[in-house]
Amino acid sequence: MIEVSHVSRTFGTFRAVNDISFSIPTGEIVGLLGPNGAGKTTTMRMITGFLAASGGTIKIDGKDITADPVAAKKKIGYMPEAAPLYSDMIVDDYLRYVAEIQGMDFTEKVPHLCEICGLKEVMHKNICELSRGYRQRVGLAHALMNDPEILILDEPTSGLDPNQIGEVRALIREIGKTRTVIISTHILGEVEMLCNRVIIISQGRLAADSPTSELRERYGHSLALQITAGGCTPDELVKALTSVDGSAGATTASTEPVTGETKLASAIVSVKGNAEIRPAIFKLMVKEGWTLYELTPQRNSLEDVFRALTTGDAAEAKKEPVTKEAAK
Amino acid sequence: MSKPVKHQTAAVVIMKRELSAYFTSPIAYIVTGLFLIFSGFMFFSTFFISKRAELRNFFSMLPVMMSFFVPALTMRLFSEEKRSGSIETLMTLPVTDFQAVLGKFLAAFIMSAVMLVPTLAYAITAASFGSPDAGPVIGGYLGALFLCAAFSAIGLFASSVTKNQIIAFFVAFAVCILLSLISMFLVVLPAPVVGFLSYFTADTHFNSIARGIIDTRDLLYFVSLTALFFGLTVKAEQNDRR
Repeated sequence: MIEVSHVSRTFGTFRAVNDISFSIPTGEIVGLLGPNGAGKTTTMRMITGFLAASGGTIKIDGKDITADPVAAKKKIGYMPEAAPLYSDMIVDDYLRYVAEIQGMDFTEKVPHLCEICGLKEVMHKNICELSRGYRQRVGLAHALMNDPEILILDEPTSGLDPNQIGEVRALIREIGKTRTVIISTHILGEVEMLCNRVIIISQGRLAADSPTSELRERYGHSLALQITAGGCTPDELVKALTSVDGSAGATTASTEPVTGETKLASAIVSVKGNAEIRPAIFKLMVKEGWTLYELTPQRNSLEDVFRALTTGDAAEAKKEPVTKEAAK
Repeated sequence: MSKPVKHQTAAVVIMKRELSAYFTSPIAYIVTGLFLIFSGFMFFSTFFISKRAELRNFFSMLPVMMSFFVPALTMRLFSEEKRSGSIETLMTLPVTDFQAVLGKFLAAFIMSAVMLVPTLAYAITAASFGSPDAGPVIGGYLGALFLCAAFSAIGLFASSVTKNQIIAFFVAFAVCILLSLISMFLVVLPAPVVGFLSYFTADTHFNSIARGIIDTRDLLYFVSLTALFFGLTVKAEQNDRR
């Protein structure tokens, strides 16, 4: 249980975090999103007690992080961004050292974490010799050392290969069943996959806080369809699609070449509400004698929501057709 | 600071880690080696000429030498962690600033004391050629320990205010050498200032102990110097969080 209430943080005259409040109950995986410099890492550092808040209070299971830092920090496992570890130590020694500081029995804990985090082959290597992925895993082992009730990971999958990303995600999901997990990430797909809840921070302020499933509905927009047809010009296609019943407008999109087809056009149609317009499009194709190569529903991705919430500038959003739909 | 027992353990764990870092990297060997070359030269260059079985020459140069070698040991303690960012992994573990500073201070103190151990050979040499007075030798080593503690605290403080090891070294070296050499400048200063400044001279206090006279004023000087810079380091660490 993490309670963050009206927390601010200033660096000199710069307000990195501005009056953020949220509370996270046990057993939730929360994704902390935001553009670079939005205040994600600062927020995490305040929760973990590395930085003091300039205003507001943070409570970890009822323990105030500034008033009782050691008791609060005992409940937290934290992996900072890029896992800064003592590069002159051997992995095994490092994990023993962390176990000793955490007051854990390392004879039991270290082999266990070595197993979980897949560190067997590097246990006797120097940390400075490790690849980014292994470093990240040592950082994860570091964070899991005290069986934390609250796990806070700053960009846990950055620098990992696809297999390792899968493993780490599975691990986070497993831990998230019984504990609270906060992850910050740039990969929006990861949030959709992992998190029950998303908190978006933009320019130090809370831009959104809602369950992942609701976020798209609440802040996002209706369905869109990507269509590629042969035998017509882009203008014809757009014009025809705009007039289809249930369509909220269409824009041209980039086309990928299709073998044996010279006249090819692509468009993205936005759908009004929950209308089903696919039969109408099919009939349109038949009527016009065009060939339908692609009909892909594009669910409004979290990316659009993210962009809409974190960029105030509409002109910026117009550059890409998909965003244009989202920004409306 | 509610549970002193827990304090001990976290500080001791940090101390052990720092000590092993000294010995797994070449720092400890290089610094100790250089120290022995210089101090050995100080001792033996006059030992056979003066024909006196004593360590006075060695001890008289000790504050100046320690001004150089102790900062070399302490410079990386905090600044290296700040540069690499590992300070974040350390300070988000359940340790207080006090414990972290204490652990690193003890490591630096022990390391600088270990550096002195081989110099016991000079005492043995002196003893084999004559019968040196035990008082000044024991006093000298006792004073050296106090000197190590004070300079370690100064070095630790310098290391806690910067990310750059070189700056940490020179800040600590400047403070230590100033304390060691004030007495040399006193002759050119007006009398009232001399009286005041002579309280701050590390070498007069050290030399007084090294003569074999254990005066509480000298001990208090080193203890308060250590406490002052130790406290400043804790404060500097807390300020990083503010």
